[in-house]
Amino acid sequence: MPTIPSPLPGVFYRRPAPDQDPYVNEGDQVTEGQTIGLIEVMKNFSELKATAGGTVKEFLVEDESDVSVGQDVAVLE
Amino acid sequence: MSAQVRVVSGGLSTTVQDLGRTGRYAIGMPPSGAMDQYSFRVANLLVGNPEGAAALEATYIGPSLEFTDDRLVAVTGGDAAVTLNGEPIPMWSSTQVRSGDVLAFGMITSGARPYIAVSGGIAVPEYLGSRSTYTLIGLGGHEGRTLADGDVLPLGDGSTGEAGAVVPDELVPQFPSDIDVRAVVGLCSYRLTEAALESFLSTPWRITKDADRVGYRLRGGTLDFVEREQPFGAGSDPANVVDLGYPLGSIQVPGGDEPIVLLGDAVTGGGYVTIATVISVDRDLFGQAKTGDTIRFRDVGIDEALAARADRNRRLDRIRSALA
Repeated sequence: MPTIPSPLPGVFYRRPAPDQDPYVNEGDQVTEGQTIGLIEVMKNFSELKATAGGTVKEFLVEDESDVSVGQDVAVLE
Repeated sequence: MSAQVRVVSGGLSTTVQDLGRTGRYAIGMPPSGAMDQYSFRVANLLVGNPEGAAALEATYIGPSLEFTDDRLVAVTGGDAAVTLNGEPIPMWSSTQVRSGDVLAFGMITSGARPYIAVSGGIAVPEYLGSRSTYTLIGLGGHEGRTLADGDVLPLGDGSTGEAGAVVPDELVPQFPSDIDVRAVVGLCSYRLTEAALESFLSTPWRITKDADRVGYRLRGGTLDFVEREQPFGAGSDPANVVDLGYPLGSIQVPGGDEPIVLLGDAVTGGGYVTIATVISVDRDLFGQAKTGDTIRFRDVGIDEALAARADRNRRLDRIRSALA
């Protein structure tokens, strides 16, 4: 199953802003290149994009928690 | 048309740097310059440049670059899969590139900052004697900022030397994610309790997401200050002192729980307690440390700091003679 790894170390966010809905939820369809979250590091927010199309099976990282380089954030099927 | 390199994509945070804008500290100008000076110098040596020629410093995600003439390039520093026209090329060695070739990076695997030197150097104008970028106030480098997609950088004249120069394995640094850093305790360590100083030196500090060219904020413990009546001009926070100049590499502890290590783009003075100063050689380690990595500080004296500097100079000498 394809996974979506983080290319950056930092903090993972599932929402574009605290008062907004998550980009995607488990069970949602995504297309390749679609933004599924943000990674914050060095005062920058970078969009985390789906590496393939599919259904989001599971998030492996909690919202607002630390993520390291190459760590899988979500699983697609 | 003069020689250029085209920035296809800028990466996360790529800047033009050299050895730094030194000698301007008294007017509040930090030196900037390459965060990992060893890797930076070696990149230039590999392509036959003077060691202080301007090169590119990438952070985490490297740029992709298209060349418009024949050059030598070398990538050193943090490990990432480097490709030329999609084919892998080795780091810590020089590679010939031709007009139309595209250099690109995969995900970083260790370290944080790759350096990209091009023969002839990046020929942006000097500002106050340096080509280093200081992004906080937007001066130096390429328009005072990080590289953006579509930028075009001028290159200096570089005689195309021989490709295939390689740095001997034993002189290629390793970048572990658990790092020991040497620091000289002072200037304001007297403000910490004895237990707090011990705790500072025994705590494995974790690098937070707030870690950039200005400084690295760490987390993992709390430090108590000696109680006192704050002197006039120091403010009420026990982490405050009357203003002083911050040495490069100095470690301040605003509030007592999150040490900040000041690096190349840092402010040059202020009123936070500085409890220790990272030795100059080990500032390179911060250049290659990343968010989530662990830092332990070891207390050393000035003699050990100078010996470490002499040791690094000997390693550079060995590279100079190996590549000469």
